[in-house]
Amino acid sequence: MTTFFKTSVAAIALMASASLANADCGIEKGSVRILSNDFTALRVIADWAEKCATGSVTVTRNQTQEHKNIQTPALTTNPASYTVAMVASNSIVPLLNDDLIRPLDDLVAKYGQQLNDSQKIVVDGKIMAIAFMANSQQLFYRDDILAEHGLTPPTTYAEFFAAAEKLRAAGVMATPVSSNFKPGWNVAAEFVNTYLGTGADFFAPGTAALALDHDAAVEVLDNMKTMTEYMSADWATYDSNAQKPVWEAGEAALSIAWGSIAGSYIAEDNPSPEIAKHTSFAAAPTIGDHGIPAVALWWDGFTIAKNISDEDAEASFRAMMNGISGDMLAENQEAAVWLIDGYEPSKTSAGVLANLQGGARPYPMLPYMGLLHTALGDNLAEFLQGKESADQALADTAAAYNTAAKEAGFLN
Amino acid sequence: MKHKTFMAFIWPSLLAMILFIALPIVSVGYQSLFIEHEQVLKEAKNCGPFGCTTSVSVDAEAMNALREEQPAGRYNGLGTYANGSHLAFDEITEIFASSQNFGEIRTRIMNLPFYKALIFTLAYTFIVTPLVIILGFIIAIVVNSIPKALKGPVIFFSLLPMLVTPLVGSLVLFWMIDSRGVIGALLQALFQDPSLSLKASPTLTWITLFVYGVWHSAPFAFVVFYAGLQTVPQDTLESAMVDGASRWERVRFVTIPYLMPLATFIALMQLMDNFRVFEPIIGFSAAANATTLSYLIYNDLRAAESPLFGSAAATSMLTIVGVIILLLPVLRRNWRDFNRKA
Amino acid sequence: MSIPAHRKPPSLILLSTGFVLFWLVIAAFPFLWTMWGSFKVEGDFFSRADWMNALTGPVTVKQHGSAFTLDGYEGAWIQQEFWKSVINTGIVTFFVVTISLTLGTLGGYALARSEFKYTFWILMAALVFRAMPHVTLVSGYLLPFFEMNIWGYLPTTIIVLVAINQPFTLWMLHSFFLSIPKDLDEAAMVDGCTRFQAFRLAIIPVMWPGVVTTGLFSFLLAYNDFTVTSMLLNQDNLTMIPKLNGFLGSTQEDGKVMYAVAAVVSAIVPLFVLILFFQRQIVSGLTAGAVKG
Repeated sequence: MTTFFKTSVAAIALMASASLANADCGIEKGSVRILSNDFTALRVIADWAEKCATGSVTVTRNQTQEHKNIQTPALTTNPASYTVAMVASNSIVPLLNDDLIRPLDDLVAKYGQQLNDSQKIVVDGKIMAIAFMANSQQLFYRDDILAEHGLTPPTTYAEFFAAAEKLRAAGVMATPVSSNFKPGWNVAAEFVNTYLGTGADFFAPGTAALALDHDAAVEVLDNMKTMTEYMSADWATYDSNAQKPVWEAGEAALSIAWGSIAGSYIAEDNPSPEIAKHTSFAAAPTIGDHGIPAVALWWDGFTIAKNISDEDAEASFRAMMNGISGDMLAENQEAAVWLIDGYEPSKTSAGVLANLQGGARPYPMLPYMGLLHTALGDNLAEFLQGKESADQALADTAAAYNTAAKEAGFLN
Repeated sequence: MKHKTFMAFIWPSLLAMILFIALPIVSVGYQSLFIEHEQVLKEAKNCGPFGCTTSVSVDAEAMNALREEQPAGRYNGLGTYANGSHLAFDEITEIFASSQNFGEIRTRIMNLPFYKALIFTLAYTFIVTPLVIILGFIIAIVVNSIPKALKGPVIFFSLLPMLVTPLVGSLVLFWMIDSRGVIGALLQALFQDPSLSLKASPTLTWITLFVYGVWHSAPFAFVVFYAGLQTVPQDTLESAMVDGASRWERVRFVTIPYLMPLATFIALMQLMDNFRVFEPIIGFSAAANATTLSYLIYNDLRAAESPLFGSAAATSMLTIVGVIILLLPVLRRNWRDFNRKA
Repeated sequence: MSIPAHRKPPSLILLSTGFVLFWLVIAAFPFLWTMWGSFKVEGDFFSRADWMNALTGPVTVKQHGSAFTLDGYEGAWIQQEFWKSVINTGIVTFFVVTISLTLGTLGGYALARSEFKYTFWILMAALVFRAMPHVTLVSGYLLPFFEMNIWGYLPTTIIVLVAINQPFTLWMLHSFFLSIPKDLDEAAMVDGCTRFQAFRLAIIPVMWPGVVTTGLFSFLLAYNDFTVTSMLLNQDNLTMIPKLNGFLGSTQEDGKVMYAVAAVVSAIVPLFVLILFFQRQIVSGLTAGAVKG
């Protein structure tokens, strides 16, 4: 018994050391401290960065959903509490605004041969971040139901609503549509998505003055209102977590949702295998005759803190290069829509890639975009509930944005 | 008690509160008087995975120089308090000047974020607080009269609404009240209305939040009252009984007066907690129909991409002022009691 | 301590029994439902097809061959190392309760016995302190804590929780001490005790009902806190509630809701055992004052 126990412990220890085999990242010395959000793809990257740890190189991490709230104070101190901050299109902005991250041009030249040009996030001529994955919302549809009723996957919102109407009229589903319309961040993201599809811009060029194209904005709001008419009466509580069971219960056949959760819709352990089997993905519909998928493209990437020693910065960059290396990719093809060389698209990434090819526009990386996002999130619900006019909703949004932008020093 | 003895007893408490509450309050108050420096912007070609654009970014160096000079930002006096996201003085003047009738004034004021939140916050406070006190009192009286052996489990189960973290508690409850969930389906059957949804209608959302509030806080009032009931002097109760007082009269004229100080205490704490209500709004995804002052603060600080500290600071200070106004009647009572004691 | 002399009319017994049962159902039903559901898969517990699925578990049967599964527990405790958070929560709650009560009894006693005007103002100030929304306070702590390099550790969080809980503790214990007759400690002082000896010898023995009740609330505050712990602890030191929140997913990421459900249940069951085990102490703690009253 004891010998058995001893050998099994030894075997486990062996296995453990084998799986933790340190990659030779060539780092001599330094401290790597990673701060990031907490989800699978980022956990994988941090795991691979940790493989660079040696006697003289320490790699620690703090992966938490609160990363956005702690990154600014944590990187403000000198030395910064973290050397690497993983960010997305929107969460890099506060770091840029407060000058907390360093240009990476030298490090990219020395250690970044593996990077595509498209992975380099360039701000004001300097590489400030390295992107490694893309994300966006996309169209989820039930191919069986659409085919049964002679419908093709809608490519425009006109087709989208026609299909919804047909399904409703045929008595298949009373509310065939679902989307993240919960007030706050989610509904604002839908507005931004659709508004980007009109080709119009949010701000007057070169300034923080809000310049929504009035006709386009009203078109977008009306489009969203039409969506709610085909959605369950509970739409104001729909976020990703609330939407999924609706889909799995077969209550919706058309949905606009995040590409990053597509995998769980068709996963093997899905509670409704029949529905999962017939769930397909495509580019988000276009709005009006603009021909642009009405959706914002997002990236996730990493930045290196400014207030740290050059040695730590170098160690951090090289550890992260291992984190997003081809070897990591080979083992985790399914974890995300990677921007890394050698990525092979799968069924779940179809929508995101189709958005990209269709010419969808990126989420604006502007210093004051977050303020507008918040203002939109707080002021659209009343219009969608039919309690006020589109003009009033836009006026309220503008008022909220102007107040916030004045406080943040962007407007006078 | 001598000053010195008093200090010897209370200094650790005071120190903790001064360091971690009083100083932050002062700094928040100070911060609410400032707004950010005027941002220096520059335009340049920026690139990412989805192509290049000419866009704006903040000139960080220029901003650093400005912050060096005046770290708190630009002095704005009470400007933040008066702006459209808070007390909205200009907007209100304009509403009163240009509205036709009272209904329009009301609708337009309710469209201002601060007042919208304030109305719900007040409604919640004044509906939930008394109900919590009454329900807690009744539970305490009833539990006090059950056989001793059952008291332990009953107390434990009564505490469950407080014990289950609101994070998951509201998640599960939110699911149960879904039109397809167990409570939602039950209500639909009860009212024979298959389209009834607690999540869709503003009125029903408000009622749901009130009910949750009472459910969640009743155990607090129950425990305090229950502990208090144990100290009700038995001889007074007995002499009341000898005098021929009925059961109800004994409760009315002996127990309730005896528990009054505890009721005041619960009222004080509940008024305050309910005025700061926040978690249910998130837990029940109720922001479309109900917002509160604490929700506004959260929105400024945490939900926002770029936090608005000044705005959050101003709302926080207004919350404190609101609490003080709410508590004034109770405080005056305490002041009189205190002077009587002295 | 009911009075044997009076018997209740049957209608009243019926009414009060009915009320207790009704209240227990309302109070405990959501939890029992959760406990039962924690052994199902997400597709059952959160089924839209039919809420009865949460009870019978057809999808669980399909996926696991039986109507009960330990998947959620295994995922939370083994895969996600929930046990670490349980230990952290244990440490945090133990110290928060102990320190809060120590500081609170001393301070509350002083406030109840001193007759100077400033005690009133201290109590008022404590109330104002308590009115401050915690979100704002915590946002203010971040930068100084990072600068002092004390962010992320358990002791920092414990001290912060003690401090923001102090107004409530002071108020509550102050009210309880007011209800303890002054003659008790003053008699001790006439006998030659110092103030502290009087406190120790005359007051401590009779203060337990108040302390137990206040301790219960301090415990709940530390145990259930999310605002402070989620912002002030790093990944390794997370307590249960923020850890749970991580299981719930976000807009862009799919959550493991059943992990959270299993974690909640397994966090409460030990409490149940604890309370059943200590019920005599707790109930008698709550009852002790009756004799002295």
